[in-house]
Amino acid sequence: MPNSVNTSQFSDKLAGYLEKAKLYADKILVLPNESFQKTLAIAFALCLAGAVLVSGSAVTLKPLQESNKSKDEKVNILEVAGLLEDGTDIESTFKNIETKIVDLSTGEYSDSIDPKTYDQWKAAKDPALSEAIPPEQDIASIKRKPKYAKVYLVKQDRQLKSIILPINGYGLWSTMYGFIALQADAQTVIGLNLYDQAETPGLGGEVVNPKWKALWKGKKVYNFTGKELHESNLSEKGQSIEIGEVALGLVKGSVDPSKPGSEYQVDALAGATLTSRGVSNLVQYWMGKEGYGLYLAKVRSGRG
Amino acid sequence: MNLTAEHKKVLVEPLVDNNPITLQVLGICSALAVTSQLSTALIMSLALTSVTACSSAGIAFIRNHIPSSIRIIAQMVIIASLVIVVDQILKAFAYEISKQLSVFVGLIITNCIVMGRAEAYAMKNPPWESFLDGIGNGLGYSLILVSVAIVRELFGSGKLLGIDVLPLLKDGGWYVPNGLLLLPPSAFFLIGLLIWAVRTLKPQQVEKADYAIMPAHGLAHGEAH
Repeated sequence: MPNSVNTSQFSDKLAGYLEKAKLYADKILVLPNESFQKTLAIAFALCLAGAVLVSGSAVTLKPLQESNKSKDEKVNILEVAGLLEDGTDIESTFKNIETKIVDLSTGEYSDSIDPKTYDQWKAAKDPALSEAIPPEQDIASIKRKPKYAKVYLVKQDRQLKSIILPINGYGLWSTMYGFIALQADAQTVIGLNLYDQAETPGLGGEVVNPKWKALWKGKKVYNFTGKELHESNLSEKGQSIEIGEVALGLVKGSVDPSKPGSEYQVDALAGATLTSRGVSNLVQYWMGKEGYGLYLAKVRSGRG
Repeated sequence: MNLTAEHKKVLVEPLVDNNPITLQVLGICSALAVTSQLSTALIMSLALTSVTACSSAGIAFIRNHIPSSIRIIAQMVIIASLVIVVDQILKAFAYEISKQLSVFVGLIITNCIVMGRAEAYAMKNPPWESFLDGIGNGLGYSLILVSVAIVRELFGSGKLLGIDVLPLLKDGGWYVPNGLLLLPPSAFFLIGLLIWAVRTLKPQQVEKADYAIMPAHGLAHGEAH
């Protein structure tokens, strides 16, 4: 069998090399520490040992890390859609969620990319898959945006129930990454979950507080009566698509539910003005026409 | 394994008598950064203790063959490799906490305690003693980190390990949290107070002044003679 011959040849060779290495090591170790040869040999041996240690641990632990990461992402997606309860089976619940790729420039679904392997935030750093945002438009301070976005559609009996969109934006210390979930009307918020952030714990870090996150439920994103409405309309083949004005944002103090416009307002975080501004900006950006505005308008008009 | 008196000394001395933070004032940067929550402080302590112990043992093992011209680089290679391994392990087994610790695990590489022990102890002592010395110093660091984190998390957000201890006013309780404690400078104040307390209890830790300030009329008086 050629295979076993190869293996035995290889192990013979390896044994030979090890023998030589041992002889060389014996010769080197008796040299004075300061000799040129020993300095080089020790440095090389140390680097080799370090590299073996590091790559060994990285390779052996990679499957665990990957599964942690994908499970974490699924948990975040289910949570924002309000599908996560104690004892929820993550994998089986996630089967009801369809992943699709949206071309942000047209707002249409695209089949050119496999949603299973696509990483939107990795793509945002890849010049071929992203574009730079002009500074005056970059209200969320993210510098680049991906051309394609990965959206998650929750369906029940083939009826669209909710849309989950990845969003990001800069807070005070960090770029926050998260999801926003909207109902099938592409207007009512189900939840907002900024799962990856490094804001000040206890102040800006309260974006992860369940009580604060619960405030988003039932809020509306777009105001269709505003004056800016006509400016944000886009016409395409003679048909105009109403994107609407993004009205959703944070306000200081407590939102008074009896006042008009309160359906667009969420309490800002106490003691975290800059993080709150960052959250407002990222919602503004991603819901606007640079982000998912066009796509959501198409969902609303039944063409999504 | 039996511990001799010398072993016990290297293990216990860094806790209070020769604490790396309060006496040697090393490793302050990470002590400021990761102590706003007890859970991150505990994991950071564990990570630093294991890195210090293993790197000291590794360096002590090859101490007689390290050329002194590349001694710091050689130490760094060992320390950096171990830190990356610890980071990988955290990402695999404590994903949530590793996300919170983010860059600070990587920064153990530049933690002065690890380098300090490598230079001051591991280069001159056998592996087993160096290992214990690393554990001792890691525990000394942990002791301060955990005490600071308890104060910061308890009074800064009314919780310990994420469990509500002092009910907050905004959640219907009575406690108004002190937001300053959640910001890095508060750790500076707390560590300062700790150093003060330790040096009041153990006056032998107070450093001798490098120079004495001469009284205003002393110079003229001295010249006269």
